[in-house]
Parts: sequence; C-alpha cells; structure tokens
Amino acid sequence: MDLVVAVLFQLVYGIANLALISLGLAIIFGMMRVINLAHGEFLMLGGYTVVVATNAGVNIWVAMLILAPLVVGIIGVIVERLLIRWLYGRMVDTLLATWGLSLVLIGLVTSIFGASTATTVSPPLGIIRIGDYSASGYELFLIGVTVVLFIAVFATLKLTKLGLVARGTMQNPEMSSALGVSTNRVYMITFGLGAAVTGLAGGLLAPMTGVLPTIGATYIAKAFITVISGGASILAGTATGSILLGGINGVFAFITGPTIGEVALLVAAIILLRLMPRGITGRFFRKSL
Amino acid sequence: MNVNETLRKMRPVFVFALIGLVFMFAAPYVLQLFTIINLTTSIALAVLALSLALVWGYGGILCFGQVAFFGLGAYAYTIAAINFGGSTWAILVAILVASAFAALLGYFVFFGRVSDVYLGVITLTVTLIFFSLIRRTSGPEYKIGNALMGGFNGITSPPLNMPWDTTAFLFPEHVFYVAMAALILCYVFCGWLVTTHFGRVCASIRENELRAELLGYDSRLYKLGIFTISAGIAAIGGVLFCNGVGRITPDVFNLYNAALTIIWVIVGGRGTLIGPIAATFGLFYLTSALGGQSLFNNNLVLGVILIFFVLLVPEGVAPTITKWFTKRRKPRRAIRRRRRSEANKA
Repeated sequence: MDLVVAVLFQLVYGIANLALISLGLAIIFGMMRVINLAHGEFLMLGGYTVVVATNAGVNIWVAMLILAPLVVGIIGVIVERLLIRWLYGRMVDTLLATWGLSLVLIGLVTSIFGASTATTVSPPLGIIRIGDYSASGYELFLIGVTVVLFIAVFATLKLTKLGLVARGTMQNPEMSSALGVSTNRVYMITFGLGAAVTGLAGGLLAPMTGVLPTIGATYIAKAFITVISGGASILAGTATGSILLGGINGVFAFITGPTIGEVALLVAAIILLRLMPRGITGRFFRKSL
Repeated sequence: MNVNETLRKMRPVFVFALIGLVFMFAAPYVLQLFTIINLTTSIALAVLALSLALVWGYGGILCFGQVAFFGLGAYAYTIAAINFGGSTWAILVAILVASAFAALLGYFVFFGRVSDVYLGVITLTVTLIFFSLIRRTSGPEYKIGNALMGGFNGITSPPLNMPWDTTAFLFPEHVFYVAMAALILCYVFCGWLVTTHFGRVCASIRENELRAELLGYDSRLYKLGIFTISAGIAAIGGVLFCNGVGRITPDVFNLYNAALTIIWVIVGGRGTLIGPIAATFGLFYLTSALGGQSLFNNNLVLGVILIFFVLLVPEGVAPTITKWFTKRRKPRRAIRRRRRSEANKA
C-alpha cells in the first residue's frame, strides 16, 4: 500500500514537473502560435537568478517566487520589443530568431558565469514519510505550486479585463484590433507573462537540478513535445498533454529506467500527432482555455 | 525534359563540380596534412549542409534535426564496421539505417499532415532524445554485436578500407579524396534531382501545397521521398565525419550542432545548393579561429549571426549575390537588345 502511494506520488510529481516547465511555452504558443525555441534558456535564466540572488544573501523563497519571474519577465518583454515584434506573421523566421536568441543567451551566460555548474542551492523543506518510504517535501511543494499557477492563469484569463482582451486577440487578431485593442501591446504582455512563468519554473527547479548554461536543452525536448501534443489551448492543452505524456513517461521509467521513459514519451507523442495533428485540444475540448 | 535541356540547366552545377575536382587534386600538393585532415571534417559537414539545403531549400520541409540522420549514419557505420570487420557494407548499412528511420518518422509526420512549425520542433525533439539516449549507454551491457556503445565517450570508428579488401586501410590523405569525391557526387546528384520531374514537383509543393495537390500530386509521398533521400545523403556525411574525426560521440546530436546546420543553410541561402556548402566551409574556419580566443563565446557569435541573417538577409548570401549580378546585367542586356532592334530597323 505504501509502495503504491509512493509510486503514485512520483507519477503525480512527474506530471506536475512536465506541466510546470511547459506552461510558459504554452502561453506564448497559444497566443501567437509560435514555439519559443529560447524557452530552455528562459528556464536557465530563472535558475541563475535564484542562485545569484541567494548567494547575495536574498531569502531563497523571495528569490524563487518573486525575483526569478520578475527578472525573466522583464527580459521577455525586452526580447519581444527588440526581436520578436519585427517577425509577426513570419512563423518560421520567428522560430529561427528565437533559436538565435537561445544561442546568444547560452553564450552570454557562459561568458559571465563560466561553463561549469554555478554554486547550487539545496532544496528547502525536509522529507515527508509515506509509511516505509520517504518523499521530498519540496516535490510536494512543487506539485502545489503547479496547481496554484494553473488556477492563477485560469483566473487571469477568465476574470480580468486583460484576460478578456487576450482571449479575443487569440481568437481573432484582426477583429480585436478593429475594435480598438492594441494587439501589439497584448502580444508584448503575453510574451512577458509567458517568460515570467517560465522564469518561475526555472527558479523553482534550480535547487533540484543545479544550474548550467546549457541546462535548457535537458528540459526543452519534453516541453516542446508536451505543448505540441496538447495543442493550442493554453491550460487544457498543457494539462492533458502533461497528464498523458507524463503518465506514460512515469510508468515506463518505473518499469525500465529513465532513458526508456523519455523515448516512450516521444514515441507516444509522435503516434498521437499522427492521429490528431493539431494536438489533443485540436480534437477534444476545443472551446476550452 | 530531354537530355540537352537537363544538361543546360545543370551547367552551373557542372562548373562548381569542376572547381571542386581541381581543388580535390591540387589541395594535397599545396596544403599540409593537418589542414587536409581538418578539411576532411569540414567536407563531411558540407555534405550535411547539402542534405539540409535539399530538403529545406527545395522540399520546403523545415527539418531542424538533420544532424539526427547524420549522427545515426555515423553510429550505424561505426557499429556495422566493427561487426563486419570492414567498411564496404558498413557504408551501405549507414545509408539504409538513416533513410529507413527518416522514412518511418516521415510517415508519421507527413501522413499526419503535421504543419511545418510542428515538424521543425518534432525533428529537433527526436535529435535531443537521441542525445540523451545514447549518452546514457555507458555500461558494458549496452552493446550491439561486438560494438560497445561507450555512452558519453562514444566509439572509435574503424577507418575506411578499399572495397572488399579489409586489410587495405585508407590513410587520412586518401580519406580526403574519398570525402571530396563524395561531396562532388552528392552535389551533382542533388543538382540533377532538382531538375527532374520529381524535384520540380517537390519545388511546386514548397511554393503552394494546395495547388500541387489540386493538380493531382500526392504531396505526402513527394515530401516523404525527398525527406528520405536527404537523410541518406546526411548519413554519407556522417560516415565521412566519423572517419575524419576518428570517433563518434553523442555530442553530434546536441543542440549546438543542430543549430549550426540550420545556420549554414540560412547563411548560404535557401533554394541554392552551393550556398550552404560554401557557408559551411566559411563558418567552419570562423569557428575554428574563434576557438583560439576566449573573448567571444562560439554560441554567442553563432547566435548573433543567425539573428542577423534572419532579420536583415533572410534570403542568405548566395541568392543575394545572384540577384545583385542579374540586376547589374539586366540594363546592359536591355541596351544590347535595343541596339539590335534599331539595327534591324535600319
């Protein structure tokens, strides 16, 4: 019984982790239909923010929950103003430009902090016991944060004026702009918010994984495939994609080890896209957020 | 299209192939052995760039993971050559493995009618998963036949030998000839392929997929075809690469190399074959020169180059040069034509 609970906990944590690293990407993708190839580097920047801030004496919770999203969000807005906004409507060029940005960010961080692991911070919160097994309290905290984050994004989209405008722009940019919405500004804000959520995720994961200039590459494969499998709806897509792929990954990883888990995730996603080329929310839950 | 017309259309291809041939025979007399060995590696990369130039520039297929086929070819060659004890069949195995994998992946993405942005991301993901998969194969239990996978350290590649003579190994200067000949052959093959009916249908699908389908062409089959062929060419590059370097490591599959391939084609120009090849040589020497200093990180420089070209020179170098020349030539031609017509009137 304890074993079942422990395994289930790991499974849920795997799903939450996948949802956490994908949500920022999904916000940008759902809004602009653009995959941000610098997503991994936004995660990496969030991690570096936490490490640098805690080394400077900032409380780790402040660094993770406030500073990381703030810093990366501001970087996101700058990137959108300097780079992305020239390329709206040119999807392939946007992909390529964000890829260039990813290389630039890796290069800059390597030049500043060096190519090796920066001083890491250890995960706060202790161990929780499940009968004979133990699990990390921090993992439980991450599951909680993911749930709260989803609720917050849902509330923002559903209840605020900004959310209404954003949903309108998502559905029909020409019509929104004819009604006086500055789509330009909506895109800027969503890109910043997507970057901030990504920075938060990167900051929260930094104590678990440490930080490296190239650490983004370890996340992005999973994040890309989750968002694409999920489809264009921001929340429903990320949630269904994470549950399906995270579940498959978790089950295979439990049976055969982490390597096969990732391969199983990819194979499942490719078969899924053969059946539903627009992702899960392209077929089901179409009207969802 | 008759033979004469094909030959006329391929005239620029033959010109560049001839320049390549001259270089192939002259270089070993002029350059030092170290430079020749380095050149062999860059030639292998040029074959990779050529394969992407074909599938992206002519097929319009946004493949971010061309290095996956390149690396797969290199691994397949190395493993097969260790098991067979000779390189003759191993080369064939490499091409077949990469093409078969491309055909399988292509079946899912093209027949699922996945859009081009998704396709780029999926191929990139496949590459990254290969990277993490092969990196973890370091234990003695991971072996295929006699070949240990070696995890992060990779496998030492057996050198090429003369066909069906497993004792006659080729020396680095001979591998240079093989590599250069392979590059020229692949280049002429691609140059020919794009003039064929198949190649022109692929180009028409790139321009307007719906219209091509309405004319009765099954775009899925053509895309699958050009995707598979280009994967085979990338595998040839992989075979040459692991011979030039002497070993193959999972690093071929990393994000940096995937980006590099894209940058060669962007800089050289989509829609040309010689542009990406030239860009590969140029950037190869740029990054080697940059490796010697520590002020600017390689990633930084390549990122800036990529952003610069996407924003300001989206067509790439080769088409920009061609356009500049034709623009200069056009007025002269017009003048000549006017003179001729005036002379006729008189």
